[in-house]
Amino acid sequence: MNESIIGARIERKEDYRFLTGSGTYTDDVALPGQTHAFFLRSPHAHAKINRIDTGKAKAAPGVLAIYTGADLPDSVGGLPCGWLITDVGGQPMKEPKHPLLAQGKVRYVGDQVAIVIAETLNQAKDAAELIDVEYGVLPAIVNVADARKPGAPAVHDIAQDNTCYVWALGDKAAVDKAFVMAAHVTKLEFINNRLIPNAIEPRAAVANYARADDSYTLHVTSQNPHVARLLMTAFVLGLPEHKVRVISPDVGGGFGSKIFLYAEETVLTWASKQVNRPIKWTAERSESFMTDAHGRDHLTAAELALDKDGRFLALRVITTANMGAYLSTFASCIPTILYATLLAGQYTTPAIYCEVTAVFTNTAPVDAYRGAGRPEATYVVERMVSTAAREMKISDVEIRRRNFIHEFPYQTPVALCYDTGDYEATLAAAIKLANVAGFETRRREAAARGKLRGLGYSTYIEACGLAPSNIAGSLGARAGLFEAGEVRVHPTGKVTVFTGSHSHGQGHETTFAQVVAGRLGISIDDVDIVHGDTGRILFGMGTYGSRSIAVGGTAIMKALDKVIAKGKQIAEHLMEASAADIEFKDGKFMLPGTDKQVPFAQVALAAYVPHNYPLDRLEPGLNESAFYDPTNFTFPAGSHICEVEVDPDTGLTRIVDFTAVDDFGNVINPMIVEGQVHGGLAQGIGQALLEACVYDRESGQLLTGTYMDYALPRADDLPMFKVGTEVTPCTHNALGVKGCGEAGAIGAPAAVINAIIDALAPLGVRDIEMPATPQRVWQAIQSAKKGKQAA
Amino acid sequence: MGISVSLTVNGKAVSAEIEPRTLLVQYLRDQLRLTGTHVGCDTGQCGACTIHLNGRAVKACNILAAQAQGAQITTIEGIAAAGGELHPMQAAFRQHHGLQCGFCTPGMVMTAIELVQQQPSPSEAAIRAGLDGNLCRCTGYHNIVKSVQAGAAAMKG
Repeated sequence: MNESIIGARIERKEDYRFLTGSGTYTDDVALPGQTHAFFLRSPHAHAKINRIDTGKAKAAPGVLAIYTGADLPDSVGGLPCGWLITDVGGQPMKEPKHPLLAQGKVRYVGDQVAIVIAETLNQAKDAAELIDVEYGVLPAIVNVADARKPGAPAVHDIAQDNTCYVWALGDKAAVDKAFVMAAHVTKLEFINNRLIPNAIEPRAAVANYARADDSYTLHVTSQNPHVARLLMTAFVLGLPEHKVRVISPDVGGGFGSKIFLYAEETVLTWASKQVNRPIKWTAERSESFMTDAHGRDHLTAAELALDKDGRFLALRVITTANMGAYLSTFASCIPTILYATLLAGQYTTPAIYCEVTAVFTNTAPVDAYRGAGRPEATYVVERMVSTAAREMKISDVEIRRRNFIHEFPYQTPVALCYDTGDYEATLAAAIKLANVAGFETRRREAAARGKLRGLGYSTYIEACGLAPSNIAGSLGARAGLFEAGEVRVHPTGKVTVFTGSHSHGQGHETTFAQVVAGRLGISIDDVDIVHGDTGRILFGMGTYGSRSIAVGGTAIMKALDKVIAKGKQIAEHLMEASAADIEFKDGKFMLPGTDKQVPFAQVALAAYVPHNYPLDRLEPGLNESAFYDPTNFTFPAGSHICEVEVDPDTGLTRIVDFTAVDDFGNVINPMIVEGQVHGGLAQGIGQALLEACVYDRESGQLLTGTYMDYALPRADDLPMFKVGTEVTPCTHNALGVKGCGEAGAIGAPAAVINAIIDALAPLGVRDIEMPATPQRVWQAIQSAKKGKQAA
Repeated sequence: MGISVSLTVNGKAVSAEIEPRTLLVQYLRDQLRLTGTHVGCDTGQCGACTIHLNGRAVKACNILAAQAQGAQITTIEGIAAAGGELHPMQAAFRQHHGLQCGFCTPGMVMTAIELVQQQPSPSEAAIRAGLDGNLCRCTGYHNIVKSVQAGAAAMKG
């Protein structure tokens, strides 16, 4: 390995095109003869469709076709869910059909009712206004707390109690027993606020059918084009997979919301054959708010049992999770497999029991959003730990240290086996970086100005590098979770790498090139990374769950190993030596103890111009591919410390300092890793202080459907961040990497809220709901004052 | 029914017959195929469509193409030097990792350049306030702020 490239702050190869406006995003694609689609959407949260009259609209200028749910042939199925959760009673989860266009009923505001295809977008929009839909409005439910109440309207006929599944993990009896023995029990209830992902690039698709060879090409804003193709062809449209090419060009952020197969691109693909023209659709921001899969939305009651010294004995967590109106692609595994398994956190809690009830409501589908289950778990654990510390008068740091896991591998009571980590190290580094020693002075200084300072901790863990396919399969996954990579060495020794991972901001074109250049000992300029095209890349499971470097990067490493192994055989011939004796170092095949060496490029040339070549036992060419299926998850972990200053007169919280020290294993490009942490922190702080998706409880209307109502963090909402890393290399992949994309969003919310509680605790405030808006903080202060007066 | 507009875009005179309701951003993207100017929200909130109109940073989704009659427009495609060398602000974004997915980036750069033209040595607070009309979901703004500080210093140089 070339150490000077691995671990270097190398400027990104992809930046020139982005900075000069020459990226190609889906909406930038314009095909000859392209038509435009507009989706007519439900204005109601829940309604019967009594009648749809498209007559006038079909006659409008420029209209090619209009389709409703009734126009889809029986051969077209619903959108599939990729993860089967089995109920505590052994029954499969309820899987109501998720039609591409509403059939009989609409189930949330924004549910797609009809597609209008016209020569121009304005013509499509104008025609959509002429469609006459007669709705029979039904009562709606939007909140998890309301979904299972007696008499609640049923979202689906097959789930009269709106229950998708009741699922459990852990040893209930052991937990019950531990609570009997407890010296102290901490109890809290949490709402994990519903979020709207808001990638700045709206979802978009351009579908094109070619009659010449009966094939389809779909450009789409996807984090995993191969998965989109597989789901679309095999489970929805029944098309031959090899006749469909899915291209995800430059994608403007995903954060989970572009993992899923959506109705729009699927309808577009089907309809492109019907109209025999390319069709483009790009979401307006209001459609993004209404129809991108949302995140979080849990209601949880948690209890932590401790002994007299503050050691954790058991944790009991009862959660209700909102699935929305339909099951999105990975919805079912988020509040289960990616949530309950993380409830051990960084601690030795010997007994944990978690029960999750997933409910349907008349809201947009809920699925993975940055962190996906792990932020919800971390929020529960870290709020409980800090609350217990306060109740037992133990410091935040001390209670954590008393309960940290110190020996690895560590088998948790909730199914995971942590391979490595050093939680003391990240905590100690964070304490230093945050200058905790000076906090009491800063608190007094703030108090002198009438402000309340608080310090909040969150020592999180996440399970990334998704995932060992056999384990995932045994837990209900309906897909493999490996990754594929191909290393194509050209005759001149330049290299093109094809990866099944997808970059939509993560900088893979640079990081992966560093890995390849480092391993081959060549210049990073001689390596290009290609991603996002089923027509060019052998296969791919895509990018989510902080898996790209750990799984996709390792697949590339495996392919590089094959390239080098074959290169040694070629060098053996060229140097007249034994391959077993040949070493590959710094871009050269060499025979130790001699001056014999052959540079990589010469071996590549020999492979493609095989005049002097062992053709009797070796194929020409130097092109290797590999599939890598990980043997375990990776376990990034870290310590976040947030310092806030609250103005008690206005309730306004200002984050004065945010420190994150993370252990991501080995780091390929620190600059890019820091950027990933910053972005994750912004989303975590956004959840804690600003963001909330709100539906009207009566009408089911989305009340936060614009940037005027949904508070996305802006530049002046956030501080400069202090970030650092500690390294314990992952033990089971070749790069020793763990993944860094989600850490900020996972750790930050609990750190922020713990800091606010720390600031307000002297006033008697024990809990505050996210987002901790000025109104909520002010209200909490007033309620605490009243409570004190009453006492 | 069409109306005609004539304007200068990145130094080049252009004119076209357009539908009166055509937004400036639609004209730039769909007719001139200058797709570096992005649409992130349609409502003037996200700033991804920011261009320079007669030297001022303007959100191109918020004005009609017809309103730009006679105007001098610069888009992100017109910022780098003719030979392709990045403008100091663009170079600062690259050096300080001020971009990730790249979607908000053209608008950020256009806003940042105008910000520095108005305030040659902006403080961190002034930069954050100045970027208030541009949303980024990737970077947490940390490296954007650093980029603008560095870009400001380089633009003086």
